[in-house]
Amino acid sequence: MAVQQPIADGDVSAQSDPRFLLVTVFAALAILAFYLSAVYNYFEGDYGAPFASIGGIAGGVVSIDIAKIFNFIALVLLLFPIAIIFRTKAWFGFEGKQSYAGNVFNDSGLRNFFFEMLVMAFLGFVFWFFVGNTVRNLAAANISSGFGFLDRAAGFGINFSPFIQYSETSTYLTVYMVGLQNTLIVAVLGIILATLLGFIVGVARLSTNFVISQVAYAFVEVMRNIPLLLWIFIWYFSVLRLLPSKQDPLDLGPLGLLNVAGYYAPRPVFGDGAGWIGIAFIVGIIATIFVARWAKARQMATGEQFPVFWTALGLIIGLPILALLASGIPLTFEMPTASRFGPRGGARVIPEFLGLLVALVTYTAAYIAEIVRAGILAVNKGQTEAANALGLRSGPTLRLVVIPQAMRVIIPPMTNQYLNLTKNSSLAVAIAYPELVSVFAGTALNQTGQAVEILLMTMLTYLTISLLTAWFMNWFNARMALVER
Amino acid sequence: MKKLMKSVALSVTALGLAVAGAQAATLDDVKAKGFVQCGVSQGLPGFSNPDDKGNWTGLDVDLCRAIAAAVFGDAEKVKYTPLSAKERFTALQSGEVDVLSRNTTWTMSRDTSLGLNFAGVNYYDGQGFMVRSSLDVKSALELSGASICTNTGTTTELNVADYFRANNMEYEVVAFEKADEVVAAYDAGRCDVYTTDQSGLYAQRLKLTNPGEHIVLPEIISKEPLGPVVRQGDDQWFNLVKWTHFAMVNAEEFGVTSGNVDEMMKTENPGIKRLLGTEGTFGEMIGVGNDWAYNIIKQVGNYAETFDRNVGPETPLQISRGVNDLWSKGGLQYAPPVR
Amino acid sequence: MADTKNPAGTVPSAGIAFVRGEMAGDEPPPASEVGVIGWVRKNLFSSIPNTILTLLAVYLLWLIIPPLLRFAFFDAVWDTSGLMAEYNLDKPDRRLCTTAAQGGIWPDGWVGACWPYVATYMNQFIYGRYPLEEYWRVDLVYFLFAAGLIPMCIPAVPFKRENVIFMIAIFPVLAFVLLTGGHISLEGFLLPNSIIAPSVTKFIIDYVILTAILCAIAYGIARGSESPPGPSIRGVAVAMGLLLLVLLIFAVPFGLEHVETEVWGGLLVTLVIAITGIVASLPLGILLALGRRSQMPVIRLVSVIFIEFWRGIPLITVLFMSSVMLPLFLPEGVNFDKLLRALIGVALFSAAYMAEVVRGGIQALPKGQYEGAMALGLNYWQMIRLIILPQALKLVIPGIVNSFIALFKDTTLVLIIGLFDFLGMIQSSYTDSTWASPVQSLTGYLFAAVIFWLFCFSMSRYSIFMERRLDTGHR
Repeated sequence: MAVQQPIADGDVSAQSDPRFLLVTVFAALAILAFYLSAVYNYFEGDYGAPFASIGGIAGGVVSIDIAKIFNFIALVLLLFPIAIIFRTKAWFGFEGKQSYAGNVFNDSGLRNFFFEMLVMAFLGFVFWFFVGNTVRNLAAANISSGFGFLDRAAGFGINFSPFIQYSETSTYLTVYMVGLQNTLIVAVLGIILATLLGFIVGVARLSTNFVISQVAYAFVEVMRNIPLLLWIFIWYFSVLRLLPSKQDPLDLGPLGLLNVAGYYAPRPVFGDGAGWIGIAFIVGIIATIFVARWAKARQMATGEQFPVFWTALGLIIGLPILALLASGIPLTFEMPTASRFGPRGGARVIPEFLGLLVALVTYTAAYIAEIVRAGILAVNKGQTEAANALGLRSGPTLRLVVIPQAMRVIIPPMTNQYLNLTKNSSLAVAIAYPELVSVFAGTALNQTGQAVEILLMTMLTYLTISLLTAWFMNWFNARMALVER
Repeated sequence: MKKLMKSVALSVTALGLAVAGAQAATLDDVKAKGFVQCGVSQGLPGFSNPDDKGNWTGLDVDLCRAIAAAVFGDAEKVKYTPLSAKERFTALQSGEVDVLSRNTTWTMSRDTSLGLNFAGVNYYDGQGFMVRSSLDVKSALELSGASICTNTGTTTELNVADYFRANNMEYEVVAFEKADEVVAAYDAGRCDVYTTDQSGLYAQRLKLTNPGEHIVLPEIISKEPLGPVVRQGDDQWFNLVKWTHFAMVNAEEFGVTSGNVDEMMKTENPGIKRLLGTEGTFGEMIGVGNDWAYNIIKQVGNYAETFDRNVGPETPLQISRGVNDLWSKGGLQYAPPVR
Repeated sequence: MADTKNPAGTVPSAGIAFVRGEMAGDEPPPASEVGVIGWVRKNLFSSIPNTILTLLAVYLLWLIIPPLLRFAFFDAVWDTSGLMAEYNLDKPDRRLCTTAAQGGIWPDGWVGACWPYVATYMNQFIYGRYPLEEYWRVDLVYFLFAAGLIPMCIPAVPFKRENVIFMIAIFPVLAFVLLTGGHISLEGFLLPNSIIAPSVTKFIIDYVILTAILCAIAYGIARGSESPPGPSIRGVAVAMGLLLLVLLIFAVPFGLEHVETEVWGGLLVTLVIAITGIVASLPLGILLALGRRSQMPVIRLVSVIFIEFWRGIPLITVLFMSSVMLPLFLPEGVNFDKLLRALIGVALFSAAYMAEVVRGGIQALPKGQYEGAMALGLNYWQMIRLIILPQALKLVIPGIVNSFIALFKDTTLVLIIGLFDFLGMIQSSYTDSTWASPVQSLTGYLFAAVIFWLFCFSMSRYSIFMERRLDTGHR
């Protein structure tokens, strides 16, 4: 009787479709699972609505019990028919996948789709499990939720906020902004300085000068192999002890004062007509861009070089100075003055910032140095020899031939280091520099108790910074990539 | 209880899921597991501090030991969980610890909105300021323009802000996560002023390079009643913790000490008899043996003993009783009678 | 003397008296070009800028090294008993390491490391507050770890496979039982408690039912895909059986006293977090790396989101999350151990980094490996298991070691959430007034720095060694 019936292409609908049978079977299994969960509830003396616990999955699961496991299985089983229906688009009136007629499990596409649905269902389950618990736990602990706290007054002080006005009456939203501002300040400055130091050390590491290369090597190995947190403690607490006390600060003359409570720079105070300086600065930048373009075009056309760097320096720095002089020097400096509790006034940089910055810069520079070294070593030696043969000295060889080629190797790992530095700035929480984690995920969290909202905001902020940096560096990398013809 | 067991799929008490009935009877749980899990600070001399052998000592620690003595008749059946200021309430709410004895200030919002109950005050404190004597500051009102080191995440930080604003003074606050870092920064001269609870000032002064060069200013700018905390909704456990403290205070009032408690068992004073369990069944009322207070006093001592041992004038902290003296001696420590 | 050996010397010169018959011998190079002086000239003072740089570097070293040596060695306190006898001290304490003004024995202005304090606290730095009489258990774990790790790291030692199995499967089980004391309670998880009371028996019954269900599912899938059901059922049964064995070992009362993780600390916690983090992150990282390269869009998306999320946030926020948020996520009355919470955070965090390391290895394999595997008729998991991973993982051994170094250093962050790792334990010892002195923290940090440096530097050397060894010229 068992005669194999060859199935002709396009003849599927004529046969009894095996998928229809499967849909039915899985639906029946799902119902069975629901039934089992109801039976279980009955055994446990929970005579309530047998399907009530399905609401538990969506609403607020507070525990895993057998009923919920059965409910979960039921949901998963329900997915299978949905998967089949989706795959067989013919059922929606679309052109179906007609060539397939055999066993459902051999349809790799269907299998994948089902697997994906399973993963999504599982993740959804975990997500709802957590959300439900959190909501219930917060309600039980009587902790308010939502972002209403952002409008409330914070009530505590922050000692470092160069750009944003902050006082105790400011809101928690301002606290967040101040924290973000301080994170960005230390991250941007740190990235610039770490790159400079890293390049210097990386090149020094390859120097023919034995002492220099060994000092660079020792620097890299000492920095890299000790945890950053320990470095922060060492820099902060040892640097702090080395600086003079508040009452007799180190007088740097026109550069201001330095003591254990930080660096007090003279603060520029702009009078009338100071706007011209800003305008001159912007004009200088724009002019530089034009000069650079013109110089490049000329070099491409004639081969003649133009001292772009010095011109740019003159334009960007010289023009504002000219404007300053022309407008009658409307600029005065507020010098820090001594008082009972140390110097007052001036532009102050707190030691926490300095400690954190030094630790971040030296630690990251060690990594960057290794990246730079690897990048330079990756450039074929023939390139250097060819450049030397053309008569370039070692400086221009490095600057014009080796580094541009090394950049392609350097940039991708460098991106990681920049991201690491930004994220590592959060360790400031240990030394009271008021950045995002310290002041928002620390103080504000403690004062409001709204851990979920605050940590979510903090994490999303870092995520955004990371993604933006990565995106920018990718763009830069694409610019620097070797143009292949 | 059954419902609870059901709710936990697989309970791994050693390292994994620890089952603790947040809403269930804590006392039953404590008796079942055989020890009191006590949340303490991460190291505050005089209150809860580990020595180089890892043994915890201090006023807050003694309260935990007294609870264990009341429940088990053995003050050593305590396990300590060091908690930061940030995680202390979560740890109690989630059932990680049975009682939080960690110099925690009793405030209205904490008492009412965090699902917690404060079971008495074992130390009346207030926020104070410490400065270098070389600065020649006599009053906190002279501190305008000073920079102030403090702990983040405490009421201290808010109190400072309020105080300086109320008096129209400028200040700079430097807030650290851990007390050691605050002290180290103050000692290095980063700040002019160190502020925390006055008891803390005395305790932390020990860690300064030259403790003699620093003075504590007379102003107390806040009320900081410190006491043990338990979860809300478990009155039996709440009563036990509350009366553990009261028993120690009552013992001091009656003059019962760890040294003479055995003789006092034979006394005819009805108050002492009720306290020590030779008369009445007061222990049973809080779910423990009638010799509960005897065990506390015998093994831990009365309130005066623990105070003197941990923070008193004979210790490096050198704190006088002050407001923490008995009510009959002009202080605030007052325990309802055992009756 | 006619030199017949030297063809260059055979100049037709016989008879011309003023022409040399042979080449003159080489003059020695000038004294300034060879030996120490030559080397110094060439390497240090070849030009004026170079000379300036050299002198600057030497000056820098002069600024840093002598004070450091003085602090750490020459001015440091080493000899406890001698000093105690000399100054009539009854017990070793802060007086040994403070100046007279601070109440100690040294003249004013003295600054030196206080090694007696480190010696006193050494046990705590290594074991935390683990009970003294149970130290042997930690020692045994350290020993087992070293015994498993050292032969694994030396390429010449045979039995690599057995060694890896020991380190990944057997050692963690032994370490868990030894460190915690084992004897966990298994109570079952499937059947209602009203049918059978919670007990190990119920657990086993539940477990057998679960295994049966899983085997049935495996059978169904195998039948459905028309392949023999035997291997898949056997696979499920073996895996579940091994898991049951591990769980039962955990449940056996070995008579070891239970040591809760609150008293763990020091190097023990540092190593536990770092090793658990790396061991747990490896399988998860492999899955994520495969997921990121998967054909299935949802899987790929989920993997990418997971990886980029964890890589985009700082570890400290992860730890805050595990210490403050995780308890909120769990049902009321259920709470994880604090150490375990940190471990979960660290493992997820490092899994994301591990995934990228593994992905690097997978991508480095030439396409022919995949095509060859598929041509042999291997299915996806067979291909991954037998062809891809063995090659890819070998390629990324240096990367894994580097991740481990990073993780090892990052464990210090747990001190911020109040766990006592090595650095946390050192910081915590500062609260003890017995040894309170201005040099205490400097000494502690110096000690921590030296220990961390030794660990990390030797691991990074090993990583470089493996890199050289594995670099068989694929490029």
